Amino acid sequence: MIRWALLLLGGALLGGVVHIATVIMLPRTATKDAYSRLEKIAPVNAVTPLPPATADAATMPYMDPAFASAVCRYDLSQGPMKLIVPVRTAYTSVSFYTRHDVAYYAINDRAAGRRVIELDLMTVEQHNQMPEEEDITAADRLIVESPTLTGIIAIRALAPEPGLMPQAQSAVAAAQCRRSDETKPSR
Amino acid sequence: MRLLLGTLFALAVAAFVGLGGTYLALTRGAAFGALTIGAWTAWPKMGTSDADPYARASIARIGFLPTAVGDGVAFAAQSDDDGKLLDGRCDVVVAGITPAARFWTVTLYNLEGELAANSVGRYGFSSQEIVRQADGSFSIVVAPRAQPGNWLPTGGIERYTLVLRLYDTAVGVSTRAGREVPMPSITTRSCP
Repeated sequence: MIRWALLLLGGALLGGVVHIATVIMLPRTATKDAYSRLEKIAPVNAVTPLPPATADAATMPYMDPAFASAVCRYDLSQGPMKLIVPVRTAYTSVSFYTRHDVAYYAINDRAAGRRVIELDLMTVEQHNQMPEEEDITAADRLIVESPTLTGIIAIRALAPEPGLMPQAQSAVAAAQCRRSDETKPSR
Repeated sequence: MRLLLGTLFALAVAAFVGLGGTYLALTRGAAFGALTIGAWTAWPKMGTSDADPYARASIARIGFLPTAVGDGVAFAAQSDDDGKLLDGRCDVVVAGITPAARFWTVTLYNLEGELAANSVGRYGFSSQEIVRQADGSFSIVVAPRAQPGNWLPTGGIERYTLVLRLYDTAVGVSTRAGREVPMPSITTRSCP
């Protein structure tokens, strides 16, 4: 009897390990996460406008139908990226996600303080390798450090009423996401 | 033989406890740092790089992009203020005011996170288009059939989730539930 109770206890403890391991492993094995969904429709290092979410079709679950959105699936292995988003509607935001869809940075039009949101995206290493003098001239540039080499930038513009949706869609479609020419090759 | 049986038993228990626990945690939406106000719950940390492993696993399993903290915060409700599950065949009233935010939207999803099909193509309201009373409060009727005022159609689905997203708001990781964050009430008015 004691023997079975001990085996039960041991099994439960091992179960705890299994539980923790599966929870941690899950994001690495998920095949229907947002990045995998976007991988099929969005080319790398370019802005892809997403169709507005409706009941019949949505690129991913829990999209806000009041927003026009576009994504840029980035890959920093060739060098830093530059992102330029025009601000035309009531509210525009840019959110940065890692390869596993964890949001690590977001900025909205008011925080950017201009009629255009302009950002440089690079890895921590690429930022460290930036020449000193360039860093000084870059003081007014907004630099975002990506924790992963690949990831997603989501550009969203609010259409406060359905009639303003075409305007919001043209605003996100006008965003630019490309490898930055300004930054010299790091090596 | 006894050793083999015992080992198999322990391994079976481990698999049951471990995988069952993972399944339960992910389907019930367990993550640390939940902010619950009335019927509404938000996980502001889910929109930061501090997201805990449960939040990360939920994000991957559902396959959505969470609202980042610098953008806004998303509150979800699956039941009314009395704890009764929201039913798309009933008339449910969402009334009151929201915490300070530059914009907000309220959206109706089915439990898979898809928008609910309806004849008028309305899936939610934004703070700009909603009709308000003189004191600034609003009232939305979530119902299967057309209603006067702000009508949010359910399409007659049985269970649904309401998501209230606040954009450019001070509500976030450090917010504690209290009087300074008023959330709209959710009341089931009548059921057929």
